[in-house]
Amino acid sequence: MILVNTETVPGYTVREVRGLVQGNTIRAKHVGRDIAAGFKNLIGGELKGYTELLTEARRQAIERMMAQAQELGANAIVNVRFTTSAVTQGAAELYAYGTAVIVEPGVI
Amino acid sequence: MEALWLQVLPLLGLLALGYGVGRWVEHRHLRSIEARERQYRGFVVTNLRVVPSPETVRQSSLVLGEAVIATDFFKSFAARLRSLVGGEVRTYHTLMTRARREALLRMLDQARRAGAQEVYNVRYETSNIRSANPRNPGVSVEVFAFGTAVVRQPAAGRSECHTSAVS
Repeated sequence: MILVNTETVPGYTVREVRGLVQGNTIRAKHVGRDIAAGFKNLIGGELKGYTELLTEARRQAIERMMAQAQELGANAIVNVRFTTSAVTQGAAELYAYGTAVIVEPGVI
Repeated sequence: MEALWLQVLPLLGLLALGYGVGRWVEHRHLRSIEARERQYRGFVVTNLRVVPSPETVRQSSLVLGEAVIATDFFKSFAARLRSLVGGEVRTYHTLMTRARREALLRMLDQARRAGAQEVYNVRYETSNIRSANPRNPGVSVEVFAFGTAVVRQPAAGRSECHTSAVS
C-alpha cells in the first residue's frame, strides 16, 4: 500500500476514491518513564523512552488506518494527516487519517 | 535563618546543575545536528504539495521523524520567572529548534533509507508533554515531522523521457 501526504500519488492517477480511513491509539506512559523524565528535566536532553513510545504508537495508528483502507479495497492512502491530543495528564491520543483511493500507474 | 538556607541551597544546586550540564548537553546536541545536516545538503526538502515532473517518479512513500526533548532545570526556572513579567522566553528558543531539527533529520534518515533524495509536503506537528507529577516543573516538547519521500527513475531513463517529450 502506498502512503503519501500529498493530494495525489506522484506518477499515478487516482481512479477511484474509497473514502476516509482512520486509525487511532491512546497511550499512557508508565511511572518508570515519568521518573526518568523527571531526572532529564534537571539536565535537559532527549527523552528517548518517550520518543520510542510515540514512534511505536504512531506506527500502530498508521497500521490501523491501513487495515481500514485494505478492507475498502484501496491500494493507496493520500493526504495522510496526524493529530495528537492529550486526553488526560500522562495519556495521549495519536490519530492518523487520510483518503483511501485506488490508483493506477501513469499520469494524465 | 538556617532553615532558609536549607531551602535555598538545593535550589541553587539544581540551578547550577541545570545550567552547567544543560549547556553542555545542548552544545553537544547542536554539534551533532549540524554534522548530520551537512549529509543532506543536496536533498530537496520542501513544504510544496506539488511534485514536479511526476512522470519520472518511481516510488513515493510517507516518511516520519520525531523527537522529544526535555528542558533543563535552569531553563524552566528562567521561563517561570519570565512568565511573571511576560515577553519572549528566549531560553526555550533553542529547545524548540533542537527538537524541530532533530525530527526533520530523522525524517530525512527514513527518506534516505528508502533511496529518496526529495521530500515534499513537509509538515511539523508540535505538542508539549507535561509530567503527571505536579512537583516537576519541567517541560518537554515533542516535534513530529512528516512528508512524502520521492524516488526518481535513474537519470538515463529520465533523459529518454525528456527527449520523447520534446520530439
